[in-house]
Amino acid sequence: MIIGRRKLIAGLGAGIALGGCQKILETEPADRLASSLDLFTRDAQRLVTGPDALAREYAPEDRSPDFRANGSRTVDTPEYRRHLANGFADWRLTVGGMVARPLSLSIADMQAMPTRTQITRHDCVEGWSAIGQWTGTRLSHLLTLARISEKARYVLFRCADSFGDTPYYESIDMIEAMHPQTIMAWRMNGQPLPERHGAPLRLRVERQLGYKHAKYVTGIEVIEDFRTIAGGKGGYWEDRAGYQWWAGI
Amino acid sequence: MSGLTIFNAHPRLYWGQYGANPDYAWLRIGATRGGDGFLRIGSLTVETTGVLGVWEKDGRTSTRAFPHWMTLPSHYSLSEGRKYHFLGAWMLAIAGVLYLLWSLVNRHVCRDLVPRQTEITPGHLWQDIKNHARLRLPRGEAAARYNPLQKLAYLSVLFVILPVMVLTGLGMSPMMNSSWGWILDLFGGRQSARSVHFIAAFLLVAFIVVHLVMVVVAGPVNEIRSMITGRFRLPAEKGDAA
Repeated sequence: MIIGRRKLIAGLGAGIALGGCQKILETEPADRLASSLDLFTRDAQRLVTGPDALAREYAPEDRSPDFRANGSRTVDTPEYRRHLANGFADWRLTVGGMVARPLSLSIADMQAMPTRTQITRHDCVEGWSAIGQWTGTRLSHLLTLARISEKARYVLFRCADSFGDTPYYESIDMIEAMHPQTIMAWRMNGQPLPERHGAPLRLRVERQLGYKHAKYVTGIEVIEDFRTIAGGKGGYWEDRAGYQWWAGI
Repeated sequence: MSGLTIFNAHPRLYWGQYGANPDYAWLRIGATRGGDGFLRIGSLTVETTGVLGVWEKDGRTSTRAFPHWMTLPSHYSLSEGRKYHFLGAWMLAIAGVLYLLWSLVNRHVCRDLVPRQTEITPGHLWQDIKNHARLRLPRGEAAARYNPLQKLAYLSVLFVILPVMVLTGLGMSPMMNSSWGWILDLFGGRQSARSVHFIAAFLLVAFIVVHLVMVVVAGPVNEIRSMITGRFRLPAEKGDAA
């Protein structure tokens, strides 16, 4: 009974105070201010972080014993099941959009290119982290090979997985795309990339939160603006749940 | 508050560089299969049904960690929680840096906050603790100065807890980790930084609660007027005619 009353008083007090905050924050000017902070934070972080500053790399023994898989863990389409069954031998990654030389590459083609292996930490927007080793083709190499236009501002990733009927996609800007640790990974912890982690190909963009690391990637599009694509916010979670486009914090 | 909304997205805390569901969490809030809410710290488990882990809102049961009346926004939205959190973080960082610089320049810190040698002798401190425990507050001239415990509390908030909040917050940013990697080393990893961020937040809440209680005990009208205008009416010495 005593706890009930205390809880009631605390609840009323907190409820009034927080309810007031929420009312103010939901007004249009406050919301516009809070939403625009996204890019303000990006600019502030860029001010103190060089374009090529590397994410921390760890030793093999620092890896998570069990790397949590999140988001889509499987792709339930007959097409993907067929690719999985024959070891992704016919999987193609297309590179298109604002490029002078569009590409269509097999996993084997990509494995013959300059690769990078790194043990890095994956940080989910929810708060958890896992450390794993990734090997893949440098995205900057693919973009250079495709000869991207000077007007290009973003790189967009099309994926084979969907939530309901909505396909997953993500986008990053050119600085993160050209970063030395940004790779299209096809190996994880020394094994071919497992299905639950995005086989056969996923993005690793090490200075960004997990939802940017698109899995099951089928296509890369070089673009000037993402506002006309899908929900217009630059990524699946950005469209669906209002996640910040800048995922550096 | 918005931090609790973010915590609700993953109500577990870890030590070290990594930490996720398969790893050992030193703190966890959750719900059992039987529908009981619990808080687990190390090997200690407390049933918290109704407040943490399992609670009701408008007749509907929720199994989020912190209840709707503690979180901002009151419904669960990680993106809105983060949006408000970073708005608050920027305001805290900008106001905090300006305040610290100004307090050092105008000597507020040295003049009013740094305790004198005689004030931090064990005997003196013990006396001050006893006075506080009995809610016996200084009167007359002594009330115009901060007392030793108060000075130590203010100094630890200003120079330990708030800087730690900001640093551990930045230490969770993968972007900042690439430029200010020393934060990771200082706290022993991103998940340790997250744990310390959470602990520091609760210390801050504890400070605010005690601070507000003391303001009320010391006479809220006089205290609040003095905070804003600087005018402070000295409480009468004991025995003086009121």
